[in-house]
Amino acid sequence: MANIGKSLMGWVDARFPATETYEYHMSKYYAPKNFNFWYFFGVLSMIVLVNQLVTGIWLTMSYSPTGEGAYDSIEYIMRDVEYGWLLRYMHSTGASAFFVVVYLHMFRGLLYGSYKKPRELVWLFGMAIYLALMAEGFFGYLLPWGNMSYWGAQVILNLAGAVPVVGDELVTWVRGDYLISGITLNRFFALHVVAIPLVLVALVFMHLVALHHVGSNNPDGVDIKKVKDENGIPLDGVPFHPYYTVHDLVGIVVFLAVFASVIFFFPDGGGYFLEKPNFEPANPLKTPEHIAPVWYYTPFYAILRAVPSKIGGVIAMGAAIAILFVLPWLDKSPVKSIRYKGTQSKIWLTLFVISFLGLGYLGAVPSDPIKTVFSQIFTIIYFLFFLLMPFYTSMETVKPVPDRVTGGAH
Amino acid sequence: MKKLFLSLLLVLAPGAVLASGGHGCGELPHCEHAPVNLHDKVSLQHGAKLFLSYCSGCHSAKYLRYERMSQDLDIDPKLVEKYMMFTSDKIGDPIDPKVNAKDQAKWFGNAPPDLSLETRFRSPDWLYTYLLNFYPDDKRPWGVNNRVFKDVGMPHVLQPLEQELGPEEFEAAVGDLVNFMTYMAEPIRATRERMGIWVLLFLAILMIPVWLLNKEFWKDVK
Repeated sequence: MANIGKSLMGWVDARFPATETYEYHMSKYYAPKNFNFWYFFGVLSMIVLVNQLVTGIWLTMSYSPTGEGAYDSIEYIMRDVEYGWLLRYMHSTGASAFFVVVYLHMFRGLLYGSYKKPRELVWLFGMAIYLALMAEGFFGYLLPWGNMSYWGAQVILNLAGAVPVVGDELVTWVRGDYLISGITLNRFFALHVVAIPLVLVALVFMHLVALHHVGSNNPDGVDIKKVKDENGIPLDGVPFHPYYTVHDLVGIVVFLAVFASVIFFFPDGGGYFLEKPNFEPANPLKTPEHIAPVWYYTPFYAILRAVPSKIGGVIAMGAAIAILFVLPWLDKSPVKSIRYKGTQSKIWLTLFVISFLGLGYLGAVPSDPIKTVFSQIFTIIYFLFFLLMPFYTSMETVKPVPDRVTGGAH
Repeated sequence: MKKLFLSLLLVLAPGAVLASGGHGCGELPHCEHAPVNLHDKVSLQHGAKLFLSYCSGCHSAKYLRYERMSQDLDIDPKLVEKYMMFTSDKIGDPIDPKVNAKDQAKWFGNAPPDLSLETRFRSPDWLYTYLLNFYPDDKRPWGVNNRVFKDVGMPHVLQPLEQELGPEEFEAAVGDLVNFMTYMAEPIRATRERMGIWVLLFLAILMIPVWLLNKEFWKDVK
């Protein structure tokens, strides 16, 4: 039996690099042995991506992408389709879960300098994924055709109107109509279901290819390839499979428990995963009392509102996302990990996290003059974290980095 | 292990921080607490009877079928057909009086909304407080106004019931009605919560081999 299996694999390998690819990415991919809690969120993003793709495909089987039928078809899925409610909650909770794990994954990168040389492209592909994900979430949010879907899209699409001279024509062109209509819904459906998922999957593939080419960073930020044994295997590395597959399984089960708790017990997420105004169909004549984007966009929405002029706000919001792309070239520190960086880096990172969370809160609630001042302060800190980075990372004293990693995975 | 709990906390934190807001209750500082219990079949059956007697003459609940209600609430389909279906003769039909919305808008100022999802759009507490807070007001066309929904177009439809039952029993009846409407907004809710317990139990048991597998593989890594 073993011989048949071996010769079959030999036949395949002569024609397709099956074993070679498996070894390169799994059984002979040496990952640092000191991954900690923060290293679960990459694999969790993959789990959520698969969840979104599978539940999304099944949802399209019963969803009707028309202005007349969309809202009814959601309730049809919720009530008449067998387990349709489960598919829909998995998908709507999955959208929020995606951003939770991706934000934590990105924070891990900030914490341990995973964007620094030679991993700049890993970071850039990751940022492209984040952008695609924001687009995917935006297009998908219109599809239930609830009143918040409608007005949320209205607010964001109108931002294009801030472009001088051609603004209004641009908005009409993007909508495909003089107001958001079934035509807009149809094109958003096409983008949400076909275009962006293709881009996402391709980018995730490149993110992983780039990562496996340079190897994973670790909480100490030391290069494990510097110290190898006589066979050329890094002394501080373990084969990804089976070590990290079994290790990640623990994190996956914990994640699934949290995920299932939301799906089965709090699918509305306190009105933040499924918003109350969305339990009423889209109505161009009835504006919801308070329009706020979904929670994962609120930090950027707060930045938009913090700037007094519309065009200025749009530019600031765009810049807040764009500046993340150049992060690898802003960090001039000789060390990667926050463990060995100086006090200034630690203070700035803390301030950045507080600002980001603060902006997230402020973008979700109705604004008033005091909240606007806070939004402005947090916006300034957000940008200073990046703009001053070349200075504080090059001037501070860093701690000596050890040759080998410290600690294990447990 | 400590780190796993931390992860749990971090994943839940955004929801916890943001889980405020919701609808206020008009002139009232806060809503009354609605006695929602989706496992109380008697209350749900009573609520269904009230809804179909007092509400569904004007309001539709077009996403709920009589048949589904009959199955979920253990009401004999024959009884549903005889005593509850006033606007339809097919048990597979949704609850819909099929009144012309334009006529209704003429009569009430606004067409009465579909109520299938009302408790999810507002909240059970809001609805409960609303139904208990009509008061006489001669300036309004129906002679009543509402503390929760100022100048609402709806008359105090439950007034005969209130006079018949007296304040205490009326409150209980409205509680049953709101309980039914909470069921109506998401008929699967009781089932999903029951299913959720089994899913979590399964994951807890799955955690045992997963944890041991991880421990076994990593015991030699120094």
